Amino acid sequence: MKKRIQFKIDGKVCETTEGTLLLKAAEENGVYIPRLCHVEGLTPRGACRVCTVKLGRQFNTACTMPVTKGMEINNHSEELEDLRKSILEMMFAEGNHICPSCEKSGNCELQALARMYGITVPRYPFLFPDRDIEATHPKLLKDHNRCILCKRCIRLIKDEEGKRLFAFSKRGSRLSIKIDTHIAAKMSDELAVQAVNCCPVGALLPRKGAFQCPIGKRVYDKSHIDSL
Amino acid sequence: MKEIVLSKILWKYETNHANLLDILIDVQEKEGYVSEKAITEIANHLHLSEADVSQTLTFYHFLSEKPRGKYVIYLNNSSVSIMMGAAKVKAAFEQEVGCKFGEVSKDGKIGLFKTACIGMNDQEPAALINGKVFTRLTPFRVREIVKGLKNNQPLASLYVESFGDGKNQHPLVQAMVCNNIMRKGPVLADDYEVGNALRKCIENGEKWIIEEMKGANLRGRGGAGFPTGFKWEACRNIDSNEKYIFCNADEGEPGTFKDRVILTEKPDLLLEGMAIAARAVGATKGIIYLRFEYKYLQKYLEEIIKSQKKAGFLGKNILGIKGFDFEVRIQFGAGAYVCGEESALIESAEGKRGEPRERPPFPVEKGFLDKPTIVNNVETLCSAVKIIWKGAKWYKRLGTPDSTGTKVLSISGDCKYPGIYEIEWGFNVHRILEMAGADEDEVLAVQVGGPSGSCISRKDFNRTLDYIDLATGGSFIIIGKQRDLLKDVILNFTEFFEEESCGSCTPCRVGTLMLKNKLQQIIQGNGTSKDLDDLKNWAQPLKSCRCGLGQTAANPILTSLKNFPGLYQINLKKEEKNNAGFSLQEALREDRDMKMKFNKEKTGYQHAAK
Repeated sequence: MKKRIQFKIDGKVCETTEGTLLLKAAEENGVYIPRLCHVEGLTPRGACRVCTVKLGRQFNTACTMPVTKGMEINNHSEELEDLRKSILEMMFAEGNHICPSCEKSGNCELQALARMYGITVPRYPFLFPDRDIEATHPKLLKDHNRCILCKRCIRLIKDEEGKRLFAFSKRGSRLSIKIDTHIAAKMSDELAVQAVNCCPVGALLPRKGAFQCPIGKRVYDKSHIDSL
Repeated sequence: MKEIVLSKILWKYETNHANLLDILIDVQEKEGYVSEKAITEIANHLHLSEADVSQTLTFYHFLSEKPRGKYVIYLNNSSVSIMMGAAKVKAAFEQEVGCKFGEVSKDGKIGLFKTACIGMNDQEPAALINGKVFTRLTPFRVREIVKGLKNNQPLASLYVESFGDGKNQHPLVQAMVCNNIMRKGPVLADDYEVGNALRKCIENGEKWIIEEMKGANLRGRGGAGFPTGFKWEACRNIDSNEKYIFCNADEGEPGTFKDRVILTEKPDLLLEGMAIAARAVGATKGIIYLRFEYKYLQKYLEEIIKSQKKAGFLGKNILGIKGFDFEVRIQFGAGAYVCGEESALIESAEGKRGEPRERPPFPVEKGFLDKPTIVNNVETLCSAVKIIWKGAKWYKRLGTPDSTGTKVLSISGDCKYPGIYEIEWGFNVHRILEMAGADEDEVLAVQVGGPSGSCISRKDFNRTLDYIDLATGGSFIIIGKQRDLLKDVILNFTEFFEEESCGSCTPCRVGTLMLKNKLQQIIQGNGTSKDLDDLKNWAQPLKSCRCGLGQTAANPILTSLKNFPGLYQINLKKEEKNNAGFSLQEALREDRDMKMKFNKEKTGYQHAAK
């Protein structure tokens, strides 16, 4: 069995099993670290950088960093909060987000974080990129305008042979998600639901059955993301 | 693509995902692109989804989903190439070929594409034509070359220049590339006989090798500067029956070309360095990750590997020691600067997109195929041989106490004698400028360490090159007073980072683009003092990126803002009141564009309705 160890987050003494990833270890101790690209059960990737914390002078992502004994983590400072806020603002400026009319509104993690950080308008100029909506797949609708390239769908969704349905295409600011047409054509209802549910934003939507949960009864409608 | 060609290529490779990049490079070379059909076949062969194949394919800029022409011309568009006249060369290409850069001529024969620094900074402007290097291009030569290509003349016959110096004349190289070795030191010296250091290693044992390396305090020469001895020790301490030695020959930092020269002149030294590392850590396999731009060295290097094997320095039972086995092969990249980062390099060698990995675990624990892996720069491995041969004590006498030994510099730009200089650490910038024949009165700035390094002004010329003050992986670009520093250097470098970002981390993917746009706005004369603050503030999130590319991507802007504030100031708008960053003309242009687009779409709809 692995050792129990102590570590600190912003001075608060915490305890966890050695080697636990910081994001989870913090949660065990009632400390919320904001995150977007990570969900429980996925291989951590550290893609969005929202969960960045400081260890000494080094920036680290909490979703990928295993906790070691005596670690002293800085999770809350003006610098870190501004960094996280600026990353969220980048996501809004980089894509074309339509919160008021988005199916995901109220269930969207990006929106919920933006609300928590009190973002009204990003500091960066909107780029208004020319992006497509892919509506050719039988069960899924992919709106590239709202995609934040968190890689959740790439990591999670595979067919029964283990082949990936989603993949990246190109690189840098031209990066986008590509859907494998052959696999998408044959995908099960179950896998489609899984894909839709793993998307933190409204970039992957079901072709049927949208707007089933009324506004006002959605996850983040009445409570902040860090209180759940 | 013809099915026979494709199946022949696929037949060569086992159904292993790690072969994906090799397969794609082969198909690209044979067909000029990777067709949709080829993607399907490759995906079936490797049991991958097509999307998965395509994500590797679209990551590398020498691979393409569309035909790039029978002859593909990649012209270097990096800073020094532009300083040396790339604009006129580019114009001549476009005029002669009859299409723009980024396009293929109507007959599908010649494609024109831009590429980042191809490691020829001391002989710019340079281009790759179907992998063959053409240096010191002029509009005159461009016209000749294009005419030749149009007449289907063999590429080799288009060389009217004599071959370069040294091994560039080797029958398997025959390139017009010049080594321009201007100053030799311990690494480049010719006083060495292959095998001596390796024999010493066998006599004294593995622990001794690591002690010597630690004693010499050799630090990684690629730029990051991690102590080599400690890296080797960490890898040695991990119990595994399969370990790898990678030589990082992905020299992508614009302005660096020293690894190209070492690979050309001292490949046997490098292979011996790899064998020493293998002995020290207990590795049996070695891979040279070579950038695609240096593919012209492939046959030559493969021949050297073969002959070293024959001589008993590589292969099975090296130097007659039973069980000392070490095989080396070459893995080509396909055009991605980020693959110079060690974990991205490993990902790429596994046939994937070159996205850096999160650390820990470090490659010494979990590297190539999750096995313990050492990644060392070409120069680091060559230095190791000399350390073992002459001893750590001797090596420590060179350089400074913190930065021991020597550094091979790639000097280019506005100086009389661009080329390769091996110097001891601790030289200051004054001495280097003098050495390279640059008139200090004519020098505006020096870019030390490439785009990821610092842009320094005259007041900093007494600073020294070492790991504490001005660290460098070898790039040293001299920028004369006649140059437009912001446009031709700083913007060029910022565009470079934006182009080369893998896109995985948000701050790098978006931040580099935001910085580029802002800098462009300032250069165009539409900036205000608030924009300068924005540049500084917007650079901050980049520090949280996973790898060195993102973390240093703002360095050109930050260091030039600090050292050349005046250049930014004179570009700012005069009256700042009520017009913060606003240009009426620019705003009207956007409006015009939108109207035009709208009209076009509207007519499109009408057309569809009919």
